[in-house]
Amino acid sequence: MRPEVKDHLYEQYHFKLRLGFTAFAVIGLFVLLAFRFFYLQIAQYAHYQTLAENNRISLVPIVANRGLIIDKNGVVLAHNFFVYTLEITPSKVKDLEATITGLSQFVEIGALDRKRFNKFRAQSRNFESLPIRTHLNELEAAKFAVNHYRFPGVEIKSRLFRHYPLGKLGSHMVGYIGRINDNDLVGLEKSDQLSNYKGSDHIGKSGLEQFYESYLHGTTGFQQVEIDADGHAVRVLSSTSPTPGDNLILSADSKMQEIAETAFGNRRGALVAINPKTGEVLSFVSMPTFDANLFVDGIDLDNWKSLNDSLDKPLINRPLRGIYPPGSTFKPFVALAGLENGKRTPPFSIQDSGFFTLPNSTHHYRDWKPGGHGMVDIQRAITISCDTFFYGLAMELGIEKLSAFVGHFGFGRLSGLDIKGENAGLLPTPDWKQRRFKQPWYQGETVITGIGQGYTLVTPMQLAQATAILANNGVAMKPHLVSKIEKAITGQPLVIAPLIQDKIEINAENLEIVKRGMVAVTLPGGTAASIGANAPYSIAAKTGTAQVVGIRQNEKYNASSIDERHRDHALFIAYAPAENPTIALAVIVENGGHGGSAAGPIARKVMDYYLLGKVPEVEAAGADKKPSVSTARNNASTPEELHD
Amino acid sequence: MISKLLNPLGKHIDSFLMTCLLLTMLVGLFVLYSASGQSFERLYAQCINIIVALGFMWGAANIGPTKLERIALPLYVIGVLLLIAVALFGSISHGARRWLNLGVMQIQPSEIMRIAMPMMLAYYFSKRESKPVLADFAIGGLLLVVPVMLIMKQPDLGTALLVAASGFYILFLAGLSWKWLVGGIVLFAASTPILWPLLHDYQRRRIEILLDPTQDPLGAGYHTIQAIIALGSGGIAGKGWLNGTQAQLDFLPERTTDFIFAVFGEEFGLLGILLLLLLFSLIIMRGLVIASQAQSTFSRLLAGSITLTFFTYVFVNMGMVSGILPVVGVPLPLVSYGGTSMVTILLSFGILMSIQTHKNLVAN
Repeated sequence: MRPEVKDHLYEQYHFKLRLGFTAFAVIGLFVLLAFRFFYLQIAQYAHYQTLAENNRISLVPIVANRGLIIDKNGVVLAHNFFVYTLEITPSKVKDLEATITGLSQFVEIGALDRKRFNKFRAQSRNFESLPIRTHLNELEAAKFAVNHYRFPGVEIKSRLFRHYPLGKLGSHMVGYIGRINDNDLVGLEKSDQLSNYKGSDHIGKSGLEQFYESYLHGTTGFQQVEIDADGHAVRVLSSTSPTPGDNLILSADSKMQEIAETAFGNRRGALVAINPKTGEVLSFVSMPTFDANLFVDGIDLDNWKSLNDSLDKPLINRPLRGIYPPGSTFKPFVALAGLENGKRTPPFSIQDSGFFTLPNSTHHYRDWKPGGHGMVDIQRAITISCDTFFYGLAMELGIEKLSAFVGHFGFGRLSGLDIKGENAGLLPTPDWKQRRFKQPWYQGETVITGIGQGYTLVTPMQLAQATAILANNGVAMKPHLVSKIEKAITGQPLVIAPLIQDKIEINAENLEIVKRGMVAVTLPGGTAASIGANAPYSIAAKTGTAQVVGIRQNEKYNASSIDERHRDHALFIAYAPAENPTIALAVIVENGGHGGSAAGPIARKVMDYYLLGKVPEVEAAGADKKPSVSTARNNASTPEELHD
Repeated sequence: MISKLLNPLGKHIDSFLMTCLLLTMLVGLFVLYSASGQSFERLYAQCINIIVALGFMWGAANIGPTKLERIALPLYVIGVLLLIAVALFGSISHGARRWLNLGVMQIQPSEIMRIAMPMMLAYYFSKRESKPVLADFAIGGLLLVVPVMLIMKQPDLGTALLVAASGFYILFLAGLSWKWLVGGIVLFAASTPILWPLLHDYQRRRIEILLDPTQDPLGAGYHTIQAIIALGSGGIAGKGWLNGTQAQLDFLPERTTDFIFAVFGEEFGLLGILLLLLLFSLIIMRGLVIASQAQSTFSRLLAGSITLTFFTYVFVNMGMVSGILPVVGVPLPLVSYGGTSMVTILLSFGILMSIQTHKNLVAN
């Protein structure tokens, strides 16, 4: 084709021709739309009018059975059961007050029920059916059924309720479900799950219930039903069955959980036990606990207040969100940092005279033992928890190297456990301090970091994981509470395989020195000799005490004169059997005093059960309150026992 | 005094078009108030969207078409580069990769393409000295296909469709011969079996469900079924403002955004719909008049494309709500809730006004 020179007039004419065509096309297509609307709104009006009238219940979701949560021995920790609930759809009721008053003639409706109902009303739309009473008994249900005709818009429904049969046991681990709120809806919309939650009232709010929500919930089924004017189903047109949620099988053992929680008595604290070879979490204890059942049905104000306002803070998930100075439990990791960085090589020893001073300073960094421990090498420094040794080591290492090395053991970062809301703790560096406080780092702060004081903060989860990594020779396994996810119908399991998170290169000889030091902790002469006494397996451990309030120079710490909540936290880490560890754990007893005497016995009971199947005898009431007395009685206690 | 003050402000505003736009947006606010469950928050947010978008419109109206012509190429190049960046580093939400995180803000480059595509093609054809030959249309087609493919890959079928339409209108108005047009359509129809596997699962599902909405009454088909019930039960005069049971009782999904037209149809009936169609027709006809009176090839083609793309928005949205087109996620322009689409729509009308009101200046 020969290129023609642009003819503007011709071009404009041609353009207008095309434009005219499009104008006709636009009108034509709009007319087509108008016909469609005419068809829908005039010709088919009656049909759609009826559909809209009956729409309300034309599709009835069938909520899937929520998956069970089961411990490793098959003990059920969370299950479902049907209860009768009396429900009102506010939009169908003319006078709500009169209806509720009328209902209370047949079914007991307390002030709390009314309160809860009003709370639900405020949070939901008018046409949703809301429970005014739950857990109706047979008699109440029958009484209402006879008088049903008098209460349009009120119905008895049979709903699935979540129940935690063990109540308070392990409630921070299992978590709980609660009614779906606006935030949850936003989340569901984002994950494109909204249609699957039609008909669901509840969603996992914490713990495993929250983390594994997508597995536990299942797929909602639906029934297409024809209904009459009163809203009663006439017949089922079609039906798709729901797929029940998957069951979670835990690596934890509820008996072990019970032993640990009982051992805490009424003290506050946390315990995490891990299988170092697989990363399976064997116990996850946060004390005090709460009854998760209170939350399922919407917690009432009184219960909420007493839980939320309690000084013991039972709602806090201590293993994941409680942050504590690690105290002397930090020392094995600092020791390893010293060995691996070549700052300490056996047989290096110091002469400990009870304190450490920085060059050009008169400030005394005191050892816990007045007068000091005499000659101390690195292995003995761990065994007797010599502060002076670690002051000097930390100073020579410097804070950067120290924090960087112990960071490999998971301090300062999330462990990746399958529960949400973890706190990362804190491994301080000069940069961090500059950002946080706009102040330079002082050398004295490095010194006290050597004994786990100062800015360093760890969660019990991190401490347990660090111990597990040490026990597993530097191989970090990803920690997880759920070991299997099982399809409810087929029983086909999805096994969560052990996953290596990280491998730390550690010189075997250095590791051996630290481990020997930790084994000696539970032998005569160690700071937790009583914990190792009469144990048929060997225990590697480290005690710790974390200061809650500072003690001034030349002041003496006197436990009895200090308010209970200002007393030191007791810490204890251990793994066993030392030669071939299958359990590693960390215990913290808040304001418990000395790690060896307050936290150690709890760890021993857990290990005895796990390794020997030994169930502690029921102790006399009050025995738990003074564990130090009982340990002192059983064993010849050394002065070391009374400190960390 | 006031008119003196307003004169420079309104100098580049086409009053007929402006009146129709404002009326439509006002209708939109009433429907939105009802659709959102009488939420003043939503209404307030939409008012902010409108004000911001009017700002953009005013800005565009005050830029002359010659300046627009100059930025067409750079805007297109930036748009394509950003689309490639999205494909490489975009952030994923709702299973689609559409957003580009620039640290301070998130942008959706496919929105830029809605304006850049017609501008680029109009620019390309205005630069041809001779009557466009087949090679020009082939190059134009290539300029069209590359960004559309990138948007489709995200995947964002709705935007891809509109960008493709805006480019196609330029090709058509520039004189693409009927022979090739019909041939292309036949070719496309023949290639459906090849394109089918390239679509995303959810896109395929949407088309399948369009053909038979009852296939998935609770998922994808639910939208269409409920929207048709809403429209149909509206009847001639509608159920009245705030009285649509489908809308108020929560049966209609996405009723403030893509499906807002169903709320309108339910509450205002066929009469309301016809009035709204009339408003839209007036806007479109005014746009076509502006295009026919435009003085340069560039502004002619651009004005035509902008107007016809606006029509496409309206037609596709009403078609999908009434169940004759697939649910592709196209909002009802000027009515649906949302800031981004409001800005792109009013911005394009700003360009139309600029073309109309700068005419005499160019002639002088």
